[in-house]
Amino acid sequence: MTDQPSQAEQVRRSLKRRYRKERRFRSYGIAAIAVALLALAILFIDIIGKGYSGFLKSTVTLEVTLDSDVMMLEDPTDKTARRMADFVAPLQQALMAELPPEAQDQPRAVRGLINNYASDALKKAVAANPEWMGSTRTMTFLASTDVDVYMKHQSDDRYSIKLSEQQQGWVDELAERGVIDLSFNDVLFTNGDSRNPSQAGVLGAIMGSLFTMLVTLALSFPIGVAAAIYLEEFAPQNKVTDFIEVNINNLAAVPSIIFGLLGLAVFINLFGLPRSVPVVGGLVLTLMTLPTIIISSRAAIKSVPPSVREAAEGIGASKMQVVMHHVLPLALPGMMTGSIIGMAQALGETAPLLLIGMVAFIVDVPGGFLDSATVLPVQVYLWSGSPELAFIERASAAIMVLLTFLIGMNALAVWLRRRLERRW
Amino acid sequence: MNTMNATGINAATTEGGQTADATEDRPYGPTRGQPFADEARFKLRDVSVYYGETAAIKKVSLDVARNEVISFIGPSGCGKSTFLRTLNRMNDSIDGCRVEGQLTLDGEDIYSDSRDVVELRARVGMVFQKPNPFPKSIYDNVAYGPRIHGLANRKSELDDIVERSLRGSGLWEEVKDRLDAPATGFSGGQQQRLCIARAIAVSPEVVLMDEPCSALDPIATAKVEELISELSESYTIVIVTHSMQQAARVSDRTAYFHLGHLVEVDETNQVFTSPQHELTESYITGRFG
Ligand SMILES: Nc1ncnc2c1ncn2[C@@H]1O[C@H](COP(=O)(O)OP(=O)(O)O)[C@@H](O)[C@H]1O
Ligand SMILES: [Mg+2]
Repeated sequence: MTDQPSQAEQVRRSLKRRYRKERRFRSYGIAAIAVALLALAILFIDIIGKGYSGFLKSTVTLEVTLDSDVMMLEDPTDKTARRMADFVAPLQQALMAELPPEAQDQPRAVRGLINNYASDALKKAVAANPEWMGSTRTMTFLASTDVDVYMKHQSDDRYSIKLSEQQQGWVDELAERGVIDLSFNDVLFTNGDSRNPSQAGVLGAIMGSLFTMLVTLALSFPIGVAAAIYLEEFAPQNKVTDFIEVNINNLAAVPSIIFGLLGLAVFINLFGLPRSVPVVGGLVLTLMTLPTIIISSRAAIKSVPPSVREAAEGIGASKMQVVMHHVLPLALPGMMTGSIIGMAQALGETAPLLLIGMVAFIVDVPGGFLDSATVLPVQVYLWSGSPELAFIERASAAIMVLLTFLIGMNALAVWLRRRLERRW
Repeated sequence: MNTMNATGINAATTEGGQTADATEDRPYGPTRGQPFADEARFKLRDVSVYYGETAAIKKVSLDVARNEVISFIGPSGCGKSTFLRTLNRMNDSIDGCRVEGQLTLDGEDIYSDSRDVVELRARVGMVFQKPNPFPKSIYDNVAYGPRIHGLANRKSELDDIVERSLRGSGLWEEVKDRLDAPATGFSGGQQQRLCIARAIAVSPEVVLMDEPCSALDPIATAKVEELISELSESYTIVIVTHSMQQAARVSDRTAYFHLGHLVEVDETNQVFTSPQHELTESYITGRFG
């Protein structure tokens, strides 16, 4: 009795052990979260570090004199003639005016600073305002891609600078005086794809994604919810139902590229739908998203308290009324959350869309469900595979746009859940 | 077998159960007291209820008279809820649940194929153990039944039904200014009285109550019991309770169930003052339960 530790002593000792265990367990958890956060931080730092410059563009602000002689224009009032006029010459002249005298002898080097599309922009501006002819205007144009790369990445040796030593000197000087400047790259959000990096934007891909997602949502949400309600509420408990259930779960695990193959074989080859269009993309992504929506909707239906069901049945509601009046309203927030998460997955999906041809180079911004289009993640894929380094920063910028949409959708899901599920 | 051991009353079973007229169907002998009534609303004969292969209710015969309050008592797991739920076919939605025997309400078979459950439940309302108002407003809770059964043609009629039902459950004064407030924000006792209001809103003939006070505090319980006494004037009430005092206070007759058997049923007074079966006596004197 005497050499036995008292019970209190034993408990104290076991407590100490228990506390140690708990501390260890908690530190494992914290470590796991720290690793996850670190990975996330590295991802974000890398993408933002590479991509922030994609949101900037280099511009040249010039005093352009719209002189008919320089533009080799005989009758400045003639509309057709004006369209044929030389719009490069006034730009070149204006830029030369900003540069040291030796530039006069090197028109090619001077032109190399201005974007190929600058003359187009000038032409459009003059077509819209014919009265500008003969006057001098201060206008801002895109700098050439080479200048853009030099402005943003002169200290980064992964980028090769194509400007000559002399041109670099000019650019340095102009940048100092503010003639050449970096500003927000609105082109990124107003243009479709382009072979010229300074003209390339993600608007086409955003619209393509939007149309594709609309098709996906319009199909997968009603079908998924209806399937979930049937399986959960009305399906008889038998082998067929079990078989369907197992296969829905299997479908959720099928690699997405398989759905692309299916889409190619069925929608395009069998049904003869066109390639590269949002309708087919949406159909394929619907197949991919359906299992997610069905599974989460069933979980939402299961989580409706049985007491509500009982109450409704007890008062004489039919099966249909129980489902429509009570189960569905209570399960809807959960269903919507699941669907938004499924949609977010679909938004980030690339592989199946490559197979149905949504990987083509498309300059025009799609205006409908049957216009050729690409989507954001495919645009990222296209640009990041480009040999031109100026596209790489745009790929990173496109990733940021995509991530913004994804985070926005997930935040919406969380908000919906908080907002609607609190009712009971 | 397991349930027998779990309740720990084997001794009582052998002592009290082995009466002279014990048969395989009725190990505790025939039901003592007065299971039958002259003016029967429910006539239940040889009712057995199975969950899969196991019988939860075994050959129970009982009448429920017009406008009486009858309470079911017995140790937990003895089948009170199961039996109660057969009366409005709430067991239909349980997989593998099967009912045998003859059950009639006002002479009509409850379980015949042609019987419409919706109509049955409009006539036989139910109040559950845990208050289970819909996550909607007070008004919508009470108005739900009349709405789905098409009992009101105009809004004013519906308003009348809602007011009458809430008055009937003694809740009107407390909630008349807050009819749009969500029902889930009220106290347990108020919620249970709301559930009673919801049940009587469709003017049922019978109200089934499964331990309606077990989740309530004593004051709320007292209110609900008072309400039951008031309702007994216009409704037939079948109430399951685990509280013998409650059975004694509210009911005209009391039925004692044991392991799926109806052991004894009689005037409440009779059951509590001079029980005829030893099992009943053991239970009401608190020797098990
Ligand atoms: N849904 C069910 N499935 C299978 N067995 C059940 C089910 N509900 C009740 N039982 C069984 O039936 C017996 C009676 O249960 P119940 O009627 O709830 O008893 P009580 O209400 O008297 O406590 C118990 O043994 C219980 O385990
Ligand atoms: Mg019970």
